[in-house]
Amino acid sequence: MAMATDVPKNGFRLSMLVYDTRYRSYTIQLVVLVLFAMAVAWLLNNTVQNLEARGKEFNFGFLWQRAGYDIGQQLIPYNNDDNHFRALLVGLANTLVVAFWGCIFATVLGVIIGVLRLSKNWLVGRLMTVYVEIFRNVPLLLWILLTYVILSEITPAPNAFRLTDEMIAAGTAPAAEMMFFDSVAVTNRGTNIPAPLFERGLGSVDLGFMTLNLTFLAIVAVIAGSVYVNRRILASARATQEATGDRPVTWWKSILVLFAPVLLLFVMLGFHLEVPTLKGFNFSGGILVAHPFTAMVIALSLYTAAFIAEIVRAGIQAISRGQSEAAFALGLRPGRTMNLIILPQALRVIIPPLISQYLNLTKNTSLGIAVSYLDLRGTLGGITLNQTGRELECMLLMMLIYLSISLSISALMNMYNNSVQLKAR
Amino acid sequence: MKKSVFFGALAATTLVSGLAAAATLDDIKARGELICGSNTGLTGFGAPDASGNWSGFDVDLCRAVAAVVLGDATKVKFVPTTGETRFTALQSGEVDLLVRNSTWTFSRDSELALDFVAVNYYDGQGFMVKKDLGVSSAKELDGATVCIQTGTTTELNLADFFKQNNISYQPVTVADDSEAQRQYLAGACDAYTTDASGLAASRATMPDADTHIILPEIISKEPLGPVVRHGDSAWGDVVRWTYYALLVAEEKGVTSANVEEVATSTADEEVKRLLGVSGDMGAKMGLDNDAFKRAIAAVGNYGEIFSRNIGEGTAINLARGLNALWTQGGLQYAPPFR
Repeated sequence: MAMATDVPKNGFRLSMLVYDTRYRSYTIQLVVLVLFAMAVAWLLNNTVQNLEARGKEFNFGFLWQRAGYDIGQQLIPYNNDDNHFRALLVGLANTLVVAFWGCIFATVLGVIIGVLRLSKNWLVGRLMTVYVEIFRNVPLLLWILLTYVILSEITPAPNAFRLTDEMIAAGTAPAAEMMFFDSVAVTNRGTNIPAPLFERGLGSVDLGFMTLNLTFLAIVAVIAGSVYVNRRILASARATQEATGDRPVTWWKSILVLFAPVLLLFVMLGFHLEVPTLKGFNFSGGILVAHPFTAMVIALSLYTAAFIAEIVRAGIQAISRGQSEAAFALGLRPGRTMNLIILPQALRVIIPPLISQYLNLTKNTSLGIAVSYLDLRGTLGGITLNQTGRELECMLLMMLIYLSISLSISALMNMYNNSVQLKAR
Repeated sequence: MKKSVFFGALAATTLVSGLAAAATLDDIKARGELICGSNTGLTGFGAPDASGNWSGFDVDLCRAVAAVVLGDATKVKFVPTTGETRFTALQSGEVDLLVRNSTWTFSRDSELALDFVAVNYYDGQGFMVKKDLGVSSAKELDGATVCIQTGTTTELNLADFFKQNNISYQPVTVADDSEAQRQYLAGACDAYTTDASGLAASRATMPDADTHIILPEIISKEPLGPVVRHGDSAWGDVVRWTYYALLVAEEKGVTSANVEEVATSTADEEVKRLLGVSGDMGAKMGLDNDAFKRAIAAVGNYGEIFSRNIGEGTAINLARGLNALWTQGGLQYAPPFR
């Protein structure tokens, strides 16, 4: 007791900020904070001064000026009279569509390769190892360029499809022919595929900033409805099975529910295919899937699949051998063991790193500029930036957009991750 | 104490960078080298040969400026820039001067805060196609795929031209001339469009030059010229008058071969001022008095530069056309040297 009261109650002295461990951490943090704030202030000040020195101002008004340039691939209506913001949206759509298909193909391919890499078949296992190592260790840009050059160099020019009068007279065929009953033409510019058209389409509604295609909406609604009804059928079948032990036959119901309404809708709308035909310099009609797009999807998928394969392999190897041994002991075949026992557990390990791969793939779409693919980097960060000279604004906007895309993907995937995590009750 | 050092350094840096932006001429003299933004490679206008020596019409203007400022036409460092990077390179001070087939436009002059000091080549946008395509006019290009360099004025003209003529096209955007050539030759595009002089230069390097034709339509005005940063008029004047000196030299018949002889024998007062024999024209710009004489001795007058790099008889084979002197019915016109 006496000891405790003996402790001198010294007042707070300034030197304690440096020598007393209780306060030193606060001092250090405060100093770092001040330095950091000064660095930020200096950067901002520097930027403002440099902009002033060049007689430039910081504003986003240029986005509403006429763009004046054309874009090869447009998923939303656009022409050169639209403004730079519209061009930005076209570029954003191009970025997203490549990222979307890239993620899907990369996942499918990556899971298959990751599983096959663990195959007991020596040859299959080694082949997959070679694949993974080759794709992981060569830069993505080279893969994109290689795919593009291969696509555009080995395919014939549109001219080669032409059947001239002399050819008919001589009885020779053109140098190149269309595939799949004369409906698909692969040229050195892209792949021309038939376009779905509706004779009695439902038209579209103009919302001001975009137009809503009612036909498309109707199809999506019908498909969603079919899928929902099918799930109800399966659920009721499962309930019956659990109650009685007999599972009612549902396959014909499923097929009917899934396909009949859509087919009926297609017939009602007057569905037909518009086949591309050679007219003038190029094929017209149908849909042109340009090679830059194809090259981007192929290269991004193959490259990212190698990384996903490694993630899947790691996930599977993280599951204890006892799990598969137990499954085999129950008489499950290897395929079912993988699907029902191993993969569901491995997903918990696989998904977090998988999110990073999706983010990487999405950001890597900005390499599309190398093959003239006009994505966000090509429109906003390329032509718009150049024509308007607004480097700072365009770059900031681009960073903001890529950041938003990444965070959205991350958030969605985290939701999925939470749903497959082990539920501890 | 620490803080005041920091702010002191900050103020000093700002001051130095501020001065650097203003006095390009002094910077170059101190550095002993002119940094010139050039094309990544356009034969005849600006391209390095196998051993890395740059030559061409635009390159010679850079050399003339180096001769004027530093007294040595070889003291130039060429920085290749693409259509996309050129203006940023100039604005950020990476290059002192940009001579790179760049079109003088309103928005570049005003919004980009650049100064175009002169027009060293009057050009217009054209189209090149393969002969076997059977096209004789750009208006027949409906539905064609067109290769176009990104970040250029030609990109915008192209969109306007096709819209005005109510025909359609599919753009293939490329980064520079060499990629455009590769795509065009590989057949990835039916037509290649850029400045007519650029087309002629490209065609000259193609293996089968006579199988390509340049269509008769010229769809735009493309005044090409050297560019400097806005706000350093003294430096802009040096570049401008270097160029005009070359024009005056041609007008007065002064060539790289006879410049020494003319300097001693001439009775023409304007030529005397040009060659630094009388007056103090060079000194007025912070240069030596015989600065322009050195430039003429090093690269020759405008006509010599033209005929050596891109004129008739070279592979590019461009006629003087609009770029003849005003005395010959062309547009090249230098203000009086007095």
